[in-house]
Amino acid sequence: MNSASRIQVERRIVFLLLLVAVALPIIFPLGLKTQGTPLTRKAYDMVDETPEGSVVVISFDYDPSTVTELQPMAIALIEHAWKRKQKIVATALWPQGSQMADMAFRDVQEKFGNTKVYGEDYVNLGYKVGGMVIIQAMGRNLKSVYPTDMSNTPYSEIPMLSGIRTLKDIAYVFSLSAGDPGLKDWVMTAKDKYNVPVAGGTTAVSTPGFLPYVNDQKQLYGLLGGLKGAAEYELLLEYEGSASLNMNPQSVAHILILVLIAIGNIKAYRKRKAAPAAEEVSNG
Amino acid sequence: MKRNLPLVFAFVVGLVVFLSEFIPHNPFGQITETLENWFMIVSSFAILLGQISLVRANVTRVAERSHNWQYYLAGLVSFTLMVAVGLLWGMEQTPGIFGQGEKIAAFISAKPFDYIFEFSYIPLASTMFALLAFYIASAAYRAFIIRNFESNLLMITAVIVILGRTSFATALTGWVPASLKLLHLPELTDFIMQYPNTAAQRAIMISAALGVIGSSLRIILGIERSYLGGGK
Repeated sequence: MNSASRIQVERRIVFLLLLVAVALPIIFPLGLKTQGTPLTRKAYDMVDETPEGSVVVISFDYDPSTVTELQPMAIALIEHAWKRKQKIVATALWPQGSQMADMAFRDVQEKFGNTKVYGEDYVNLGYKVGGMVIIQAMGRNLKSVYPTDMSNTPYSEIPMLSGIRTLKDIAYVFSLSAGDPGLKDWVMTAKDKYNVPVAGGTTAVSTPGFLPYVNDQKQLYGLLGGLKGAAEYELLLEYEGSASLNMNPQSVAHILILVLIAIGNIKAYRKRKAAPAAEEVSNG
Repeated sequence: MKRNLPLVFAFVVGLVVFLSEFIPHNPFGQITETLENWFMIVSSFAILLGQISLVRANVTRVAERSHNWQYYLAGLVSFTLMVAVGLLWGMEQTPGIFGQGEKIAAFISAKPFDYIFEFSYIPLASTMFALLAFYIASAAYRAFIIRNFESNLLMITAVIVILGRTSFATALTGWVPASLKLLHLPELTDFIMQYPNTAAQRAIMISAALGVIGSSLRIILGIERSYLGGGK
């Protein structure tokens, strides 16, 4: 077998192993528990300490590709905000974010026995194109940016928005962000320009890039990082949702990757060791 | 004239928006607000332009039977289907030409657009993203090889962070006494993420910000003209 076809076979073995590593814990859950981190705790505290009746913004800045990581965050957040009797305004800087919001509201409504009333407890203002410029405009006049909600109800006829004129009337913004536009725009505009508290949830791959914003100036109040962040939030809310369950296959997959790295290094070491010996033999 | 007019526009608009950040009084506030509204309108048209461009590019490839033309055809059919069902019956609360489509919604438990979105698009998009895991596993196996001091350091850090982000982390180092808390894998991971990682990220962010300021100035002053198109 030549080198190229050996690599192809190895790749397929790796793919197969990963498939098994992910599938088995889904079929037979391991019941592993996640340990909370201060970043998640800070985000939780921000929501928890916001007074009852406050109007808050959850921005759905993602699309279905990252639904596994970000949708559990959305569900946990909505549940927490509603438990604290806060009123939620859903916005979206990504085109499919508004559908993600509807799905999340639908899921949490079931938990609350469909007792939450649209327009009084939550509203979906939908997607607006423009990223940071939209947030800047929201800081001046929310109604001009969103003259109607998703179902074409005029802004002035939505009861929970009666006292909300600009972004400054919002208690906090929580952006669930899969990229650009997203959390960074909320930090730079809502927090830095209008001083509205901002927290966020991102995919695991982009979390390290947002850590500098969690600082003494509280540019970000807290940060949920990937599936683990969502699982930690579920832990704080004392329920086991999809993030907690999906942490099992993710953890096993991570362990498999570490094992594969170790095997790759052993192979490389043996190859390096064999190379001078082969050279000596060929030199006579 | 054709090239100078956009340059003048870019200079004036750039200068006004820049100044309005330092002078929060009228007329600057008013002008910026108007410019923001224009931006939103222009951006909305950009979406329409994108759709037209998508259709044109795909139709051309299908008509010319270019390599893998079947995929372009699938893209066109999917696009047309979503636009059609969206226009006819709307989505979620928004009505379409035929209203809310209650009869169809009663039959398939959702509006056609929402049904396709939830049961086709979401699984497909998630699958595409999940495929990354397979490539990461394969790449880690072949590329994460210790060759020198730097790669050694990178690998040790990666091992700690990967382990620390799993649910096994607590079990693996739970036996370490509380006095050596920093050696607990989750704590060690947090330390790495919070200090060395944040320091490096800040350096990258500051460099990128300086780059953005530089390129913005080049655009405002008309030195950078590639956004005008037309080659040079």
